[in-house]
Amino acid sequence: MELLMAIVIGVLFTAAVYLILSRSLLRIIFGTGLLSHGAHLLLLTMGGLGGTSPPVLAEGITDYADPLPQALILTAIVISFGVTSFILVLAYKTYSKHQTDNMDLMRGNDEHD
Amino acid sequence: MLTINMAIAIPFIIAALIPFVYKRFTRVHIGWFVLFVPAVLFIALARYIPAMAKGNTYLRSFDWIPSYNINFSTYLDGLSMILGLLITGVGTLVILYSIYYLSTNESLHRFYLYLLLFMGSMLGVVFSDNMMVLYVFWELTSISSFLLIAFWFHRKKSREGAQKSLLITVSGGFGMLIGFIMLYVMTGTFSVREVIATISTYTDHQLFLPAMLLILLGAFTKSAQFPFHIWLPDAMEAPTPVSAYLHSATMVKAGIYLVARFTPVFGGDATWFWLVSGVGLFTMFWGSFTAVRQVDLKALLAYSTVSQLGLIMSLFGIGSAAYYYDFSTSSIIYTQATFAALFHLINHSTFKGALFMIVGILDFETGTRDLRRLGGLMAIMPVSFTIALIGSFSMAGLPPFNGFLSKEMFFEAALNIGQLDIFSLSTWGVIFPIIAWVGSVFTFVYCLIIVFQTFFGERHLERLERPPKEASIGMLTAPAILALLVVGIFFFPNLIGRYLLTPAMASVYPQLALEGNLGQTISAWHGFNTELMMTIGVIIVGALLYLFRNYWKGVYKLFPASWSLDALYNYLLEQLEGSAYSITNFYMTGSLRNYLVFIYLFFIALAGGTFLYTGALSIDLSGDAPIGIYEGLIVLVMIIAAISILFAKSRLTAIILNGVLGYSISVVFVLLRAPDLALTQIGVETMTTVLFLLCFNFLPDWKKEDAPKRSKALNMGIAVSVGVLFVLIALSVQNGDLFNSVSSYFENAYELAGGKNIVNTIIGDFRAFDTMLEVTVLLIAGIGVFSLAKLKTKKGDQNLEE
Repeated sequence: MELLMAIVIGVLFTAAVYLILSRSLLRIIFGTGLLSHGAHLLLLTMGGLGGTSPPVLAEGITDYADPLPQALILTAIVISFGVTSFILVLAYKTYSKHQTDNMDLMRGNDEHD
Repeated sequence: MLTINMAIAIPFIIAALIPFVYKRFTRVHIGWFVLFVPAVLFIALARYIPAMAKGNTYLRSFDWIPSYNINFSTYLDGLSMILGLLITGVGTLVILYSIYYLSTNESLHRFYLYLLLFMGSMLGVVFSDNMMVLYVFWELTSISSFLLIAFWFHRKKSREGAQKSLLITVSGGFGMLIGFIMLYVMTGTFSVREVIATISTYTDHQLFLPAMLLILLGAFTKSAQFPFHIWLPDAMEAPTPVSAYLHSATMVKAGIYLVARFTPVFGGDATWFWLVSGVGLFTMFWGSFTAVRQVDLKALLAYSTVSQLGLIMSLFGIGSAAYYYDFSTSSIIYTQATFAALFHLINHSTFKGALFMIVGILDFETGTRDLRRLGGLMAIMPVSFTIALIGSFSMAGLPPFNGFLSKEMFFEAALNIGQLDIFSLSTWGVIFPIIAWVGSVFTFVYCLIIVFQTFFGERHLERLERPPKEASIGMLTAPAILALLVVGIFFFPNLIGRYLLTPAMASVYPQLALEGNLGQTISAWHGFNTELMMTIGVIIVGALLYLFRNYWKGVYKLFPASWSLDALYNYLLEQLEGSAYSITNFYMTGSLRNYLVFIYLFFIALAGGTFLYTGALSIDLSGDAPIGIYEGLIVLVMIIAAISILFAKSRLTAIILNGVLGYSISVVFVLLRAPDLALTQIGVETMTTVLFLLCFNFLPDWKKEDAPKRSKALNMGIAVSVGVLFVLIALSVQNGDLFNSVSSYFENAYELAGGKNIVNTIIGDFRAFDTMLEVTVLLIAGIGVFSLAKLKTKKGDQNLEE
């Protein structure tokens, strides 16, 4: 299972980096989303995939999954949602001002240096 | 009684008060208020003189950063006393002078703030025993000098002069800092006194020579020694009180002070001897030679300062030869040079300070400092003339002025050193008196220029900016006091010798002072000896050169401006700026993709390199959990969705694929026994998809990437490398049980937090504060989203609004 998770993490990161390196602002936003998915899964895998039940204390359950990575990921999911929504509005505003989503055209001009 | 630590702190405290006091002193010149600071400090210091003549020294230490051996410790001995008296004494006179020189229309609070800042730092330089503290004060003097040179910052030349002085002195200061650290590495202490006490066991250390060279670099840049002297003439853009104070009497003497202070450390070494005396002597010649060609009185004085500093420096170099011997009658001959150096240090401050102030008066009263426009002012400005005559003739080395005494002693030292048979002096020693004499001839010539071209000859009132008149009494007071000192020291030199110079000798030669009296009797008349013949020769040849200067001035054409050190400095500065600009432009392209490429490449190199270097890569699949059928299927779906996004033809497809991916992940969370995550993920993913759909309504169509094939291939390469690296990281961490898991702490969730869902207790109880901050972040993001969405673009851009 860990091997499988490692591979899917790798695929997510590859796709994310490729999207982030593209010119279109929209693809970059998708890239950041994929990047956080990859990071969440990586955190979960790093904590170990052992345990047969969820980390909820109940009668007769002694072997449960590690709760700490889950708590961390929970925070990360919410934060990455905040970031994604902020970039989306930023992209919308940028487009309405510049009429382009091509990052190469939004480099700024040299006179501003 | 006032401690020395307090003496250093007082100028800083008063400087901090000035901006507040300034507003209340609208009618009175704020200089009167500032005047008290150096005057009080001067008196306080002078009260130590009798005790110090008996051989007392005062050490006070104040812990600052004891764990790094850095303490604010001050040491008052003969050497620092001389400099301390100069700083406070000349400081008093200069502030008195500046009250009349600077009108209340200038931003006086800035001026006096900088001046007090300088005064405090300079006192810190000379009284600090700890090398790190000394360095801090050293750089503070450079900074305050920078601020004072650029006082009239609306002038381009002021700014350039300030920049030049800062660049040169601060880079020298860095060298000095490294030298200090080397000394620390050798001796294990930052205290100058302890270094002096233990250095004799480290003279063969491999850092001994580098430390010496770096400390000399600091001293030479600060004291404007050749080839670093070029900043001093440009520093003359500062107001004249600043030139008189910083750039002739005190700050430029810091380098000389450093050499004197470190003579017990490095003295007796051939490199030290040759560098200090050689560079000093050549600077003395070059400064005087260049001074003669100047037409601006202040530039002339600047080069003359360079030359005089060289003279003092070379004397300290010659005096260091005494360390080669144990105490004997022969070493007394060479300590004489140091005695002369200390004496000239004081003399130079008196006559050069007076001269600078007179030049300031000329500038103030006539509106020009140009020698070609001045002339015949003796009858109009008799007092200024008298003071200028006293100052110039003292500098030229004529009796009855103090310069004569120290000049004779300089010749004596130069003659004596030639007879030494160490440091291969038997072959080269003869050049000392020759260069000293030639330099003195040119010194004599420019002294005549100052007096005769300004005050004698034809008067050209039409060439002056305004009709000249004698300066006010207040303005003349300060230079007159200095001129009186010039004459007074000539008649009573041994007063200074006994009370100031002899204690200072003990700090330069602590060992020798224990064995015998280093003091000397200064006398004006030695009989018809070689020194007197040299002085007479200087007068005759100098006068002839002055009279026939138009015939030999062509010599200066051999040194065109395009081959000067200034041109080299400007060229280097341009090159530095140009190459810095092009290097920065090379990577700061403004393209987001480039920056990200740098970041990812760096990450690949760092993380991949760490794997290779530490051999951390270890993959062991034996302890893996088994793969179930559902897990396998869902992971397959995720992989397909992630890859398909890259090839999506429309944005709707991309959004749907993104959603598929997000919901699949929540299924993965379910399968991996993380129900809270699955719930959150489903909620967030729904929101994200809605948000994407909403925003994409306003965003452009999904176009095919039109990037060139090469950059696409590079992107792919980087993306795959990053992905592979993460696979390796994910696999390697499985086997890295370096630490015990902290998770077991949270297993007592029910007892500690009263909840059975451990994840919930962590979020809501154990780490509740983190959660609160997280909510704050969300709030900020929400405000950002809201305000961005509401933000109206500026008028004129309104056509862009939907």
